[in-house]
Amino acid sequence: MKEIRISQVGCGIVGHGFLEVVRRKRDMLRDLGLDLKIVSVTDHTGTIYEKNGVDPKKVLGVKTLAEGVANSDMKGLEAIEEIESDLVVEVTPTNIDHGQPGLGHMEMALTQGKNVVTSNKGPLVVAFNRLKDLAGENGARLKYEATVGGTMPLISLVERNLVGNNILGIKGIFNGTCNYILTRMMEEGYPYGYALMEAQELGIAEADPAYDVEGIDTAAKMTILANSVFGMNVKYDDIDVTGITDITTESLALARDRGYLIKLIGEVPALTVKPMLVPRRSPLAVGGTLNAASIETDLSGTITVTGLGAGSIETASAILSDIVNIYTTRNIDDRS
Amino acid sequence: MRLSMDLELQDVPGQLILALEPFRLYKGNIISVVHHRDRKTPRGTIPVQLVFEISGSRIEQVKNHLKKNNISVVRIGEDRFVEEVSVLLVGHVVDSDLGDTINQIDSTGFAEVVDLCLKMPGIEDPSSAYIKIRATGKEEMSKALAILREVGVQKDLLVIEPIEAEML
Ligand SMILES: NC(=O)c1ccc[n+]([C@@H]2O[C@H](COP(=O)([O-])OP(=O)(O)OC[C@H]3O[C@@H](n4cnc5c(N)ncnc54)[C@H](OP(=O)(O)O)[C@@H]3O)[C@@H](O)[C@H]2O)c1
Repeated sequence: MKEIRISQVGCGIVGHGFLEVVRRKRDMLRDLGLDLKIVSVTDHTGTIYEKNGVDPKKVLGVKTLAEGVANSDMKGLEAIEEIESDLVVEVTPTNIDHGQPGLGHMEMALTQGKNVVTSNKGPLVVAFNRLKDLAGENGARLKYEATVGGTMPLISLVERNLVGNNILGIKGIFNGTCNYILTRMMEEGYPYGYALMEAQELGIAEADPAYDVEGIDTAAKMTILANSVFGMNVKYDDIDVTGITDITTESLALARDRGYLIKLIGEVPALTVKPMLVPRRSPLAVGGTLNAASIETDLSGTITVTGLGAGSIETASAILSDIVNIYTTRNIDDRS
Repeated sequence: MRLSMDLELQDVPGQLILALEPFRLYKGNIISVVHHRDRKTPRGTIPVQLVFEISGSRIEQVKNHLKKNNISVVRIGEDRFVEEVSVLLVGHVVDSDLGDTINQIDSTGFAEVVDLCLKMPGIEDPSSAYIKIRATGKEEMSKALAILREVGVQKDLLVIEPIEAEML
């Protein structure tokens, strides 16, 4: 049995999901020979540290650790530096301008040779190549499946299953909020503002929806894909971004009459994010909050994956598979 | 160059092979062959449509060879447009001179707007236009779309392109 000591930094929607998933899958993980022990959880109020593993139930019951759960006032950086661990799960909020606080957390972990698994796009958008190099120099692994496609296995599909193929391009729908809004506008004939309001009421869109509807989230994902899958050296500003705020009900109706849907499509290595016409029969013509991505390869043709782009348990499941991949397939893809 | 050709074949075995022989001989690249067995002409011949690419200087040789093989050529012509895309324009499509927008594509000589549909919800509101563009090849289509994108920037129109062009 391989014991993996994990320090978790960030304990919001995804953090709670991760604790829950580890709790639920304990037996399955043991069958794989893995004993995941979450030795610390830190949010921005403090840390709970248990050498023999934090009981997930303790943390799952509270919104923040300040509610009588924290037993230390260690900050994320200290927890990563001082607590003995093999891997850091970094799930703090995304900031694509400076990447903090996640960037500091990841640098600290990798410098110490600790593996990092994350759903936080910010640090990867700001400093992907630097973090990858840091990981390499210190013999650590950096995994980030959850940053790009949510539950869609995109990075692992490319790195592992499609190994040997040249990846010619990836395009798809990478934002469930935009997809939901466009789907409702088309199906119900709602104006943009009304569909957005509905999405906000359902908790699909944030109170400040700009990050999603202006295409920023999708562009951040394209930046990560460009640097990781295509080995480019791309900054966020290199992506040409148009969001969905100018899409009208009439334009959707015109498209529909001719057999098309309008979707917000991100494309690499084209480095574009913009609304595009998607033929109804295309595998990318998925509705609701689904994401979908087509990977164009030289040997295997075009492969399309689809799945939920966000959600607590869904995102956590991507984090968990990254962890399992690190410890069960070390030899296969140790290139990273 | 890319050409299309209508032939009429006798309804006896081996005719199609005779018809295709010169293309092989003169290094033509056959793109499609449609054999209309079900549309026999009153003369009892069978119409066949070919689309092929061949160097312009060889066309006469192909025609002569077909004649020698007793195959009658009904029509031969340039197959101008091979690519087609649908594009949506959203914004003040009409006020920003739709005629000019279309003309910028048509005046290229290699691309044309072949279909147009407008929706105008109200004077103040942005309108939407669906246009279908045909072009003589992939590269030409990319150029036409680049022109349209540029026009979109100038006229503050949202240009919604398809994820892929369609072959005609
Ligand atoms: N939610 C999703 O479906 C989803 C999907 C894919 C990717 N992601 C990404 O995953 C990450 C986490 O998302 P989320 O939805 O779980 O966000 P969230 O609910 O806002 O949770 C963020 C957590 O990070 C903590 N935090 C903030 N600053 C910190 C600091 N300096 N040190 C330690 N902890 C800090 C917060 O603590 P406090 O509560 O004490 O402030 C909170 O526990 C984000 O980067 C997001 O973009 C989310």
